[in-house]
Amino acid sequence: MKTKLKYFTAATAMTIFGLSGAAQAADYVIDTKGAHASITFRIHHLGYSLLTGRFDKFNGTFSFDEAAPADTKIKVEIDTASVNTNLGKRDNHIRSGDFLNVSKYPTASFESTSVDVTGTSAVVHGKLTLHGVTKEITINADHIGGGKDPWGGFRQGFTGTTKITLADFGIKYNLGLKAKEMELMLNIEGIRQ
Amino acid sequence: MDVKNTTDSYGFVARFLHWFMALAIVAMFALGWWMAGLDLYNPWYKQAPYLHESFGVLLMIMLLGRVLWRVANTQPDDSYLQSLEQRLSRLMHWGLYALLAILMICGYLISTLDGRSIDVLGLFSIPSIYQQKGLEETFGLVHEILAYAIIGLSLLHTAAALKHHFIDRDATLIRMWRGGSRK
Repeated sequence: MKTKLKYFTAATAMTIFGLSGAAQAADYVIDTKGAHASITFRIHHLGYSLLTGRFDKFNGTFSFDEAAPADTKIKVEIDTASVNTNLGKRDNHIRSGDFLNVSKYPTASFESTSVDVTGTSAVVHGKLTLHGVTKEITINADHIGGGKDPWGGFRQGFTGTTKITLADFGIKYNLGLKAKEMELMLNIEGIRQ
Repeated sequence: MDVKNTTDSYGFVARFLHWFMALAIVAMFALGWWMAGLDLYNPWYKQAPYLHESFGVLLMIMLLGRVLWRVANTQPDDSYLQSLEQRLSRLMHWGLYALLAILMICGYLISTLDGRSIDVLGLFSIPSIYQQKGLEETFGLVHEILAYAIIGLSLLHTAAALKHHFIDRDATLIRMWRGGSRK
């Protein structure tokens, strides 16, 4: 009862002072500093198993309004040299001209163009630039939750997946028939600025 | 046959180390160059780097032995050389030892920066002592540049040896090839 009353009071105060956060989109910075965000990928190895890897370094921002989630805008930049598959020599190969060519293309980026919302799920359309090639991709995303954190901040979190075809981005190395496509998994938590 | 060097010529150990490593370095260069371009589906994709790493470790031990042997041993007299030749040849020898050592350390790091150890032909393994994700790329580049530099310097070294043999007609090459005394 007590907590409900507190909430009621807070909501009333917000309405009175015109501070309702719901009416306006807020800017969030993806919490890579506290590592509450990750970009991982999965790809077939010989068609027998799935190999997972990740990009250790990236940064990004998004604007989000819980009342108007279709207006969400996302921007992410990835340091391609930070690829990590838990085997240094393989990471070196992935950084080479056979794959990411990181000396020529040190960053990959994603910028959303539009968002189709269904409940707490959404299809995020946007442009992915990888290996110097920009292509339209769609990410199937879910809003997991959001609210105050215990340290005075305010956070929103999402998860999303997408599939890309490596050859579409000019990465032509033969990894086998089943490894033409790669799955990307994004877990993003943003701190409101 | 002299095992140790004399003031006249090189002993068996120095000659063996010299020629064995000369062959091994060229073979390792060729293997490294070839394996770096291997496709995932090549049957040697896993075996070639394994052999390269194993022999690399063995050569690292051999290089250490070679330098110790050189320091602890008599050096054949090179006073018949001009002073510039003396200085250049010493710079070449020690330069090659130093570059080989750096190249080998880089090679070791490429394979162990992720915490993995190097298995040497199933006989023993060399543990990882320094881990730093992402630095494989830098050390890989240094390893590659030094490999080309060492081959380049080896060619200069060979040219110098041939010059002594065919133009100066002295025993520089002969005393490394089969020992004995200089003319």
